[in-house]
Amino acid sequence: MTDMNAETVVLGDLADGRLSGATAELIALGRKLGGPVAVAFAGVGLESAASEALAAGADKAYLLNSPVLAELQTDALVAAFEQLCKHSSPAVVLVAKTPMGRDVGPRLATRLGVGLAQDCVDLRRDSSGTLIATRPVYGGNALAALAFSDARPSIVVVRGKVYPPLAPDPARKGEIVRFEPKLDPSAVKARTVQFVRREAAGVRLEDAAVVVSGGRGLGGPEPFGMLKELAGLLDGAVGASRAACDAGWIDHSYQVGLTGKTITPNVYITVGISGASQHMAGCSGAKNIVAINKDANANIFKEARYGVVGDWKKVLPSFIEAVRELVKS
Amino acid sequence: MTSPRAPVRILVCVKQVIDPETPLSAFKVDPATKRVLAAPGVPPVVNGFDENAVEAALRLKDTVGAEVTVLSVGQGFIMDVMKKPLSMGADRLVLAQDPSFQDLDPFATAYILSLAVRKSGAFDLVLCGRQASDWDNAQVPLVLAELLGLPCVTVAQKLELAGKGLVVQRALPDGYEVVEAPLPALVSVSNELGEPRYPTLRGIMAAGKKTPVTWTAADLGVDLARLAPKLRVLDLFAPPREKQCEFVAGENEADAGRLLALKLREDKLI
Ligand SMILES: Cc1cc2nc3c(=O)[nH]c(=O)nc-3n(C[C@H](O)[C@H](O)[C@H](O)COP(=O)(O)OP(=O)(O)OC[C@H]3O[C@@H](n4cnc5c(N)ncnc54)[C@H](O)[C@@H]3O)c2cc1C
Repeated sequence: MTDMNAETVVLGDLADGRLSGATAELIALGRKLGGPVAVAFAGVGLESAASEALAAGADKAYLLNSPVLAELQTDALVAAFEQLCKHSSPAVVLVAKTPMGRDVGPRLATRLGVGLAQDCVDLRRDSSGTLIATRPVYGGNALAALAFSDARPSIVVVRGKVYPPLAPDPARKGEIVRFEPKLDPSAVKARTVQFVRREAAGVRLEDAAVVVSGGRGLGGPEPFGMLKELAGLLDGAVGASRAACDAGWIDHSYQVGLTGKTITPNVYITVGISGASQHMAGCSGAKNIVAINKDANANIFKEARYGVVGDWKKVLPSFIEAVRELVKS
Repeated sequence: MTSPRAPVRILVCVKQVIDPETPLSAFKVDPATKRVLAAPGVPPVVNGFDENAVEAALRLKDTVGAEVTVLSVGQGFIMDVMKKPLSMGADRLVLAQDPSFQDLDPFATAYILSLAVRKSGAFDLVLCGRQASDWDNAQVPLVLAELLGLPCVTVAQKLELAGKGLVVQRALPDGYEVVEAPLPALVSVSNELGEPRYPTLRGIMAAGKKTPVTWTAADLGVDLARLAPKLRVLDLFAPPREKQCEFVAGENEADAGRLLALKLREDKLI
């Protein structure tokens, strides 16, 4: 039997010292499931993030503190969350599909001997209270609906940008609980010693309202210059397919898709991209897809709102010129 | 730099999967068995990221010397497919195959792999692909590392031996992180590592002469009760696609580009 009063625990995450957008999304999902929602933060100096979490809809924040957690090494986080789960036996653990969450979720599930659903895009309870997760498989060509057993907790890794965060309510009250896991420094076996950032200048790909992406059809690195120009005119960002990144035409940080970034722009313009399911997995939340491709049968046209069948070498220059005129007026 | 103990003993875990490049029009789900059906005439392939893992192992073999054993769990293996890592340059192929190794979830797969890894003797490094292109779970490497008690680094774009350990570049959405781990360790490899090499003619001939080692559930001492999936598949279906594309055409392609811009403006999209 499912105990509706058992907690949903969200594994919380900070971005530049503040509550991350991904965590706020999971709090919203937890609220949708019903029952109390707690957010677990690990590390030091988490008080302000905890109050942000309460404002974002959480009922409780666990602050996990230990000197071993100071560097937020994955090995330490897994051990700390394992102890919290054993202590508070939540019904559900929600994990964001971030570089950290993707690693922590499966390891936690193994230690607790429970099931995990990866990369979920929908989560609900059926009439008997069974938790059912829906997730894309085969690169997005199919959807699977998976039922959890009663083993506690059900661990769910959730794709980003599926559940919008709730509007923050600073007046919301909640409980802050300190939890001190007993961690041995030798538990940290793999250690991150450096982060090397490669962030593009301008609007972030993940946040852009307009994204212009290029694929293998561009034939080389130079045409990305034209895409940058177009993106600049529209205050947008440039993206790419994996084929273009693998070819070395543009850095992998521009990759949109299942194993790249998830984007939800208002307008997504693709040039020389076929629309493979693994690419579409990263942009299915785009409101309006516009495709330029010389193959009328390309899959991208099955997902697009507007399309031009043609060679980008002929279509793109006049498109960019017309856009330049229009944005001036 | 000299290697700690040459040759490095590497196990690479690979999976036979339905070809992810199967055209969408040929993609079929069998609702009764809740399985994806291979398109007729399209042979399975070695999972792409697993080929990246084989490539990572072979680069170590080229630079510091390594013994590379490829391990796979499943049933219904196609030998021409499974021998590809051998023809790329791996030394040995071990197939853990048994009729009970079907519809395994990542926990069951990793459990069987952990038994196979232990049975295959001493090792320095276990490599996996970052995820399999069928169920895209990205779980086996992490579960396997837990079961074997190994340090684990995922989504590697580069790995090097240094002193008694490994230095791994782990790909991140905006750059990478540098992770150090002692050996033995487990690393999952991503496509950022670079293209897997093509088998050479000599490699294909050498692979043809090799016979894989096969182990059954009984050989491995598998506890069949541990193979039950932790989640129940209620449904598997192809999602509906209902978008209607409006094609913009003009007198010629350049004209179509101009009209497209006007259309987007009219729709207040730009
Ligand atoms: C597990 C897995 C994960 C993956 N993850 C991702 C991912 O995250 N992101 C991703 O993008 N892919 C991913 N892929 C790869 C994906 O399956 C496709 O191979 C890839 O998206 C193809 O990129 P593309 O559309 O640029 O190339 P192609 O499929 O080769 O398409 C090129 C297109 O360009 C058109 N074209 C050619 N010349 C011109 C011209 N002159 N003018 C106009 N059009 C032209 C062609 O008609 C064609 O449609 C993944 C694959 C797997 C198996």
